[in-house]
Amino acid sequence: MKRMKLLAYPYSVWMAIFIVVPLFLVLLYSFTEGNIHNLTELRFSTKGYERVLEPLYLKVIMNSFVLAAISTLCCLVLGYPVAMIVSKANPKVRGMLVMFLIVPMWMNFLLRTYAWMSILSPNGFLNRVLELVGLPRLEIMPGKTAVLLGMIYNFLPFMILPIYTVLSKIDKSVIEAANDLGANKIKTFMRVILPLSIPGVVSGITMVFLPAVSTFVISGLLGGGKTPLIGDLIEQQFMWEGNWHFGSSLSIILMVMILISMAIMSRLDRNGQQEDKNPVKM
Amino acid sequence: MKKAVVRIYMGLIFLFLYAPIITLIAFSFNKSKSRGQWGGFTLDWYAELFKDRLITEALYYTILIAVLATLISTIVGTISAIGIHYMRGFSKNLVLNINNLPVLNPDIVTGVALMTLFISAGMKLGFVTMLIAHVLFCIPYVILAVLPKLRQLNRHIAEAAMDLGATPGYALRKVILPEIRPGIVSGALMAFTLSIDDFVISFFTAGNEVSNLSILIYSMAKRGVKPSINALSTLMFVTVVILLLIINKKSEKGEELLL
Repeated sequence: MKRMKLLAYPYSVWMAIFIVVPLFLVLLYSFTEGNIHNLTELRFSTKGYERVLEPLYLKVIMNSFVLAAISTLCCLVLGYPVAMIVSKANPKVRGMLVMFLIVPMWMNFLLRTYAWMSILSPNGFLNRVLELVGLPRLEIMPGKTAVLLGMIYNFLPFMILPIYTVLSKIDKSVIEAANDLGANKIKTFMRVILPLSIPGVVSGITMVFLPAVSTFVISGLLGGGKTPLIGDLIEQQFMWEGNWHFGSSLSIILMVMILISMAIMSRLDRNGQQEDKNPVKM
Repeated sequence: MKKAVVRIYMGLIFLFLYAPIITLIAFSFNKSKSRGQWGGFTLDWYAELFKDRLITEALYYTILIAVLATLISTIVGTISAIGIHYMRGFSKNLVLNINNLPVLNPDIVTGVALMTLFISAGMKLGFVTMLIAHVLFCIPYVILAVLPKLRQLNRHIAEAAMDLGATPGYALRKVILPEIRPGIVSGALMAFTLSIDDFVISFFTAGNEVSNLSILIYSMAKRGVKPSINALSTLMFVTVVILLLIINKKSEKGEELLL
């Protein structure tokens, strides 16, 4: 049986080449300057990181962080009740509801974001309806609000599903016990249901925050270039400017930011059960 | 009263989730080319769809890459998961942690890192690099889907098979594989879904000559997406929904399968 582990060796080599080496290259480029096509001509330099600290770029990084945090919070506030309602529905309806939450993800997310462009644009569908009802027009696209809306829209299911999974696994007798012991509904929720659902909340937050902070599609389409995020900067550097050093520094900063947020989240999770170790999608 | 509030809330949430999808489907039947106006009903975009070379080519690459990436990553992922299962201690942890990197890292970082590697190694970005990238981000999900099934496996079963004269290869095929099949299937489904929907990693690794549907849509989005793309996604969407309904009807496990 011992020889079975040999089966993992080819993949280990593959991982070394396609996972470890590329990340090292990014790290290398982030600390150097010079010709990117000739590794021997690279010189050590912290220029990439110094540029990150320029006010213009610091503002972009702050923006990405704040927008991602706000959208995560909105997803939590909107999604938790949905998860709760679904988990309380009777089994037949529950399956359907979960399916209807997943189905939208089966349409290409770029197209769904593009559809929001048509809905929100100044002459778009939403404004037509508002005009018809006699309400003032909404001029949110392109802009921050539209980007925020796009983020919430795209990532809301990622918040609902893990919370739902945890809530539906809670032992009903625990809740009954709380009721029998005289806790009212609010108290049962605060003292029993909420603490037990923390692992779901934590993986929900991770699954929303992570893609939100690194997106460049949503801001590109709905923000109209007015609200660049760190993802837009990275795309720009690698695809259009050809400044891999600055782009790599930005990528490393993004990774560090995410590592720090995840460390904070896992600390929060430590109080809850440590069941959900894999932050795999769903 | 409470029931009404719940109904209205869920109604609003579903309206929010489905508004863009309804818009897209409506526009696929719209005679007017501009996306603000309704010019009457037409099926022209559906007919035009199959004549448009850009779209059919992108569709071809999307499906080809998804099928190949799913096949390769399912086979390699399953074999590697079995190997990892029998590893111990430090090396096992190391392999598992590196395997988790593409899952945890933002797609954009995985994308630019791979692009950096390919270009530094003098490879031309194109079909091959895009396929490598897709296999790369699919394998970890297959491994993460298969490993739990291996843990549930009674290790004595394989040993018993070998005591009874089975070669390790025979025991693997006839004893271990059938037991972990559900994990393999859900891993493969996940790989296919991720590959077919991927934009960010493809965007950085595909180069100029190849593009999948997502890349095509992104390049069109700023100028205005052709209505035939709406028609295509309507077709794909309806296909998926019908498939899901069938699966859901067929088994009570439908929900589990989707998750």
